[in-house]
Amino acid sequence: MSKSLSAVAACIGAFALVASLLVMQAAAQSKKPEVKAIKTYGIGRVAEPREIAGWDIDVRPDGQGLPDGKGSVKEGEAVFMGKCAACHGEFGESAGRWPQVAGGTGSLASDDPVKTVGSYFPYLSSVFDYVRHAMPFGDAQSLTDDELYAITAYLLFLNDIVDDKFVLSKQTFATVKMPNAGGFRDDDRETAERVFWNPKPCMTNCKADVKITGHARVIDVTPEDKAPRRGVE
Amino acid sequence: MTDKQSLSRRALLAGAAGAGGALLAGDAARAGDPKNLPPNVPAWTRTLGDGVAVRPYGQPSKFEKHVIRRDVQWLTASRESSVSFTPLHELDGIITPSGLCFERHHGGIAEIDPDDYRLMVHGLVDRPLMFTLEDLKRFPRVNRVYFLECAANSGMEWRGAQLNGCQYTHGMVHCVEYTGVPLKLLLAEAGLKANAKWILAEGADSAAMGRSIPLAKALDDCLVAYRMNGEMLRPEQGYPARLVVPGWEGNVWIKWLRRIKVGDEPWYAREETSKYTDLMPDGSARKFTFVMDAKSVITSPSPQLQLGHKGFTVISGLAWSGRGKIRRVDVSLDGGRNWREARIDGLVLDKACVRFYAETEWTGQELLLQSRAIDETGYVQPSKAELRKIRGTNSIYHNNGIQTWRVAPNGEVENVEVS
Repeated sequence: MSKSLSAVAACIGAFALVASLLVMQAAAQSKKPEVKAIKTYGIGRVAEPREIAGWDIDVRPDGQGLPDGKGSVKEGEAVFMGKCAACHGEFGESAGRWPQVAGGTGSLASDDPVKTVGSYFPYLSSVFDYVRHAMPFGDAQSLTDDELYAITAYLLFLNDIVDDKFVLSKQTFATVKMPNAGGFRDDDRETAERVFWNPKPCMTNCKADVKITGHARVIDVTPEDKAPRRGVE
Repeated sequence: MTDKQSLSRRALLAGAAGAGGALLAGDAARAGDPKNLPPNVPAWTRTLGDGVAVRPYGQPSKFEKHVIRRDVQWLTASRESSVSFTPLHELDGIITPSGLCFERHHGGIAEIDPDDYRLMVHGLVDRPLMFTLEDLKRFPRVNRVYFLECAANSGMEWRGAQLNGCQYTHGMVHCVEYTGVPLKLLLAEAGLKANAKWILAEGADSAAMGRSIPLAKALDDCLVAYRMNGEMLRPEQGYPARLVVPGWEGNVWIKWLRRIKVGDEPWYAREETSKYTDLMPDGSARKFTFVMDAKSVITSPSPQLQLGHKGFTVISGLAWSGRGKIRRVDVSLDGGRNWREARIDGLVLDKACVRFYAETEWTGQELLLQSRAIDETGYVQPSKAELRKIRGTNSIYHNNGIQTWRVAPNGEVENVEVS
């Protein structure tokens, strides 16, 4: 099987539980109004199970929502070459400006972070769920469940998370741990950026000196087609 | 803009660059055609114009053709998953005309026949329900004005001044009046299970965009809107129904809304993990950064709308905050050394844009224009340096740093960064 990504150490790092999530959930609970107190109007009809089944395609990190099925890395390579590689590159390296889906390990704190399935996605479900909803671009929701498992398995292989014998299925899904699972934390702006709540912002002589440090014109990437207009106000 | 006007204005600008401020006093392009000026009587006064209903859906004047959304083609691989920007520099007041509201699509515009529209509410509910568009319109409805800002607005400016125009630096925001049904009424209609904590909102477009939203927000002020500025939603904005999530990043305002699923945990969809998470300097990322911080921008003058005269000058801009009302906006003419309070004119609404003005006498000196929004929670819009000190430059999202425009003595305006 072809694979020419430079040796990317599969970062078997920390898989921190998403403890911070509890904060948001607690907040959601504390403010939750009593929905039973809201008047109902008898509008709408019952959604039938067969109707729901056609649209209910989301998958959660715990595997809830996974369909029956399975796919191997090898099968995934064939599907990927036919349906994905034109945009994402044969090795997930990206063709043109389309998203790179492999590599980037260790780059997140650098000046050129590369966010891929291997370097950034915290959960395998995020990959599977997205491909199931939106890929291939322009032919959404056309893949079989086995193809979804196979493509996901191949993406894991491209990112050195599984070996080339791996078969992804509803049963093996939970065995896959993503390298960056511990890389996310809840929004902490209201504490980490408390300094921005400033009761007395400076009004006069706030800086000794003001120098221009950068010009957009030097970079020259603004679309050229429209000349600026003279104001009338 | 007609070709003739465009040419003459370009020529004027070329001339202005060489002749300094001299041309500011005499604007040849604005002088008009003598045959239409007093004492002559122009054709539009002597002859009949179009009658009623010749223009059954009215369009802007043919002289306003330059007032359009624009995109930056190098930004994205395709126009179906891309963005176009609101021409903020051409607008005033707080309401964005529906056809000028910026677009952000992940799989192009879904064109949905309203008869075939369905909204499904299911998951941890007592009764999974299906609503038609007519069903949604039967519920009690409300009218609310809210801003909508893409989390990536100003995202190209994290590493420095890059795009020369507020349309490009700040044009992923709009503010319109929505008519719709409070989401809590739909959830109450279905009945929530005791363990319900989150909802998944999902679109019917070819990205089937989905985002997790805490139930508390869903039951607070979210709407399922079907009208904007009185008329039905534009296709680009999610016709026939979209989610309105006041004060929160635009990505969660799911367009072409087809499904609300109630759950006990978030889903961690691609758009809340791989995208719309904020990468910090240490390589970790903030997630669920829903609220849009207070922000403002001067829209006139700005690089696409230069100063055309000396003397009395109105500086104008927009401010907004996802945490509530704007309390105050300050303006600086000297790059943030000194500030003065701007005059807010018009409505000051919760999680909506406000319009501010600062009047000054411009004598032709260099200006370094800045604006600084302060919201009702006391949050003060930070400088770009203050923001980068905490968030670094890899965040992409949530750049609400203070913008600087340099006004040159000849009236040209440029996006710059200052110390």
